[in-house]
Amino acid sequence: MKILMSGNEAIARGVYEAGVRFAAAYPGTPSTEIMEEYSKYEGVYAEWSPNEKVALEVAIGAALAGEKAIAIMKHVGVNVAADPLFTVSYTGTNGALVIITADDPSLHSSQNEQDNRNYARFAKIPMLEPADPQEAKEFIKLAFEISEKFDTPVFLRSTTRVSHSKAVVSLEDPLPYQDKTNITYNSAKFVMVPANARIRRVEVEKRMQNLKEFAESFSENKMEINNPDVGIITAGMPYNYAKDVFPDYSYLKLGMVYPLPEKLIRNFADKVKNIYVIEELDPFLEEQIKAMGIKVIGKEIFPYTNEFDPGIIQNAINKLDKPENIPAKSIPPRPPNLCPGCPHRGLFYTLNKLKLFVTGDIGCYTLSYMKPLEGLHSCICMGASIGMAHGMSKALKEKGKGKIVGVIGDSTFIHSGITPLLNMAYNKSNAVIIICDNSTTAMTGMQEHPGTGYTILGEKAIQLDLKVLVSALGIQNIRVVDPYDLKNTRTVIKEELAKDGPSVVISKRPCVLFKRAKLQPQKPLQVDPDKCTGCKVCLGLGCPPISWKKMEKIEGSKREGISVIDENLCNGCGLCLQVCKFNAIY
Amino acid sequence: MKDKDVKSILLAGVGGQGILRASDIMCMAMMEAGLDVKKSEVHGMAQRGGCVTSHVRYGSKVYSPLAKLGSIDLLVAFEKMETLRYLNYLTKDATIIVNAEEIYPPAVNSGEVPYPKDAISFLKSNYKQVREIDATALAKQSGNIKTANVVLLGAISTLLHMTASIWEDVIKKAFPEKLAKVNLTAFQMGRDA
Repeated sequence: MKILMSGNEAIARGVYEAGVRFAAAYPGTPSTEIMEEYSKYEGVYAEWSPNEKVALEVAIGAALAGEKAIAIMKHVGVNVAADPLFTVSYTGTNGALVIITADDPSLHSSQNEQDNRNYARFAKIPMLEPADPQEAKEFIKLAFEISEKFDTPVFLRSTTRVSHSKAVVSLEDPLPYQDKTNITYNSAKFVMVPANARIRRVEVEKRMQNLKEFAESFSENKMEINNPDVGIITAGMPYNYAKDVFPDYSYLKLGMVYPLPEKLIRNFADKVKNIYVIEELDPFLEEQIKAMGIKVIGKEIFPYTNEFDPGIIQNAINKLDKPENIPAKSIPPRPPNLCPGCPHRGLFYTLNKLKLFVTGDIGCYTLSYMKPLEGLHSCICMGASIGMAHGMSKALKEKGKGKIVGVIGDSTFIHSGITPLLNMAYNKSNAVIIICDNSTTAMTGMQEHPGTGYTILGEKAIQLDLKVLVSALGIQNIRVVDPYDLKNTRTVIKEELAKDGPSVVISKRPCVLFKRAKLQPQKPLQVDPDKCTGCKVCLGLGCPPISWKKMEKIEGSKREGISVIDENLCNGCGLCLQVCKFNAIY
Repeated sequence: MKDKDVKSILLAGVGGQGILRASDIMCMAMMEAGLDVKKSEVHGMAQRGGCVTSHVRYGSKVYSPLAKLGSIDLLVAFEKMETLRYLNYLTKDATIIVNAEEIYPPAVNSGEVPYPKDAISFLKSNYKQVREIDATALAKQSGNIKTANVVLLGAISTLLHMTASIWEDVIKKAFPEKLAKVNLTAFQMGRDA
C-alpha cells in the first residue's frame, strides 16, 4: 500500500515495521511527531521522558534488558543526552539501540544550527542519513540491524526538510515482536569504571574498523555513474536538491555518513573528473575525503550556513548570481506571536513595566522578547534561565537586588530547571524565578509531561505538584498568581523582589489552546469609540485582535485615531480592559 | 502553466488558515491521479500567527520537495499581502490566485506601518494571470467560515488536470463525515468562482 507520509510519520512507521516496541523521547521541533505517531501503534511502549538524557538512559536500560529500543530527540536534545551517549558507545547495547537526532539547518525552530553528524565521529557511533520519507522508513530498519550485528548504538539523522516534507511511501507488514528480554549480568561490559572502560575502549576502535569495512558494501552507499565529467558526493536531503538540477551527473550517495567507505569513495573518484561534495552545515564529509588525499570542491563554493535548495546548488556550481528583475514591493514582516488570550502576555507585560532584567528560556514565551512586550532578555537553552538569573544576581550583588528575574515554562522546568533551582536555594540566591505553568508543553503542540497527569499513551499518571517540589528544594518564598490578573501579578512580583533570598512565583493558567482545560471563551471585547482617547496603551499588549485605526482629527481634540478589537480573534481574556484608563473597553 | 516534467505550486498565508491541510489534500489528489508528488513545509515556532508556506511539487518523478527561486508555476496566497512576500519564487509567467482576506501583522496593528493597499494592481501590472477570489466570503456562504482553504482548492482545481471526482473523493476522506458535505459545497463554490 502506498500513502502520503511525512518523514516523521515514516520514521515512526519504520520503527513499528522493524518490530520495535520500546521508545522514549522528549518533544522538540522537528522531531516531535515521530513519537506522537509511534505512540498510536498497537502494542507499543512509548514515553515522554522529562528530558533527552533520561530518554536515552531509559532506552539504554531497555536495550540492556534485551529489547530493541529507540530514543528520539532534536539536535540540541543530543547535547542534553551527551553524557550517557559517549559511554553507551563503550558498553554496547545488548538488545539494540537507535538514537534519532532531528537537526534543524536554517534554525526554523531552534536556538542554534549544530551539525550532529559531528556527534557520530565524536562518540564513535555509526550514523545513517535518509534523504526522504521512504528512505527514512527503510533506514530505521537497517539501523536496528546494524545495532544488533555490531553491538553498537546507531544514530539516524533527520533534518527539518526530511522530517517535515511529505512524499509517497510504500508500507510493508511489520515484523512480529520478539520478546528477547531477560536479566543478564556482565559487569566487565556494563560497569564502566576505568579498568573495564579501558578494555572496552579498545573494543570501540575494533568495532569502528569493522563498521568501516561494512560501509564499503553497505546497500545504501550507492554509486550512480552517468556523465563522468562531474561527480557529486552527497547524503540526505541535499541529494534530492542536486538531482533536481543536475540529473545527468554522476553521484555517490552515502546512506551511512559515518564511518565513511574509503575504498568506495576512491573508486568513485577514479571514475569521475571533477568532484563536488554537497552537504549542508559543516564540511563533515568534505574534510574526511580531503584527508584521504582526494581532490574535491566543497565549502569553497557552497554555504556553511542554512539549509540548501536546488537553486543554491545550481548557482554555486554554475557560478550564477541571483536572478535579476524580480518585481518587488516591501511589506511588513509577520513574526509568530503569542495567541489571543495567551496567559504569558499578562506576565511579560508586567515584567516589562517593572523594568527588570529577565533571563528567559525555551518555550512560546521566548517570543515575548519582541516588541511591544520586550519582557525577556536572554535565551540560551532549556533550563538556562534559572542558573543565569542566579549567576547574574550573584555577580551584580547589591546592584542586582530586586532587578533579576528568571522565567521558565512548566515543561522546561521539569526538563532541566529543578537542579539549578536547588542550587539557588543552596547558594542563597537573591533572584526571583517565575514558572509559567500553562499545564502543557505548548510550543511543540501540547505534549504531556509529569505535571499534566497523563502519559502519551493516555493513561492517568501522577500530577507533579510544583509547589510541593519547589518547597522540597528549599525555596521558602513561594507564591501563585493568575497572569490574567495584572494588578495582583505585579504586586506579588514586587513583594518577592523586595525579599532577601530566592523566591518562586508560579504564574498559573492553562494554555488557551489546551483542549483538556475546557476553557470557555469569554465574550469578545469591544472598544467604545466615544471613550477611546487613542492613547495606544492597549496596543502595548501586542494582542493580535487589537489594532490601531487612524482617524481624521477633530477640531479641539488631540486624538489621531482609536483602537479597534477584531471580534473574530478576541477571546475576551480581559487584559486590555485592565490596562485601559478610560473605561473604553467593554 | 507551461508544460514541463515537474511543476511547482506554492501555498502561502498565515498560521491558522488551513494551508497545510489544503496542501495535504492537493497532494493526495495528485497521488490518486498517479503522479509522483512531494511537499515541504515548516511547522513554525509558536502555534499560530506567523507566515506559513507549503511547497508542492509534482510530475513523473520528483526529487526535491522544495522549489528553487524563480521556479514556482502557481502561487496561491491565502492572505492578500503574503502574495508579495514570495514573488522571487515565481516564474515570469506564473499564475497567481489571491484570497481577498487581509490579516494584519503586528506592525500594522500597532499603526507603525500601513497595510499594503495596492497589492492586486501591483500584481496585475507585473503578471498576466492574477485572480482575486474572496474565499472567506464564499466560505461563509457555504455555511462554515473555516472552509476558505477548500474554496481555494476549488479554484486551484480548475488549473490542474485531475478530474473533479478525484478531488471530491479525497476531500470526503480528509474530513469527518459531518464536515464532508460543507467542504464539498465550498470546493464547488471555489470551482465556480
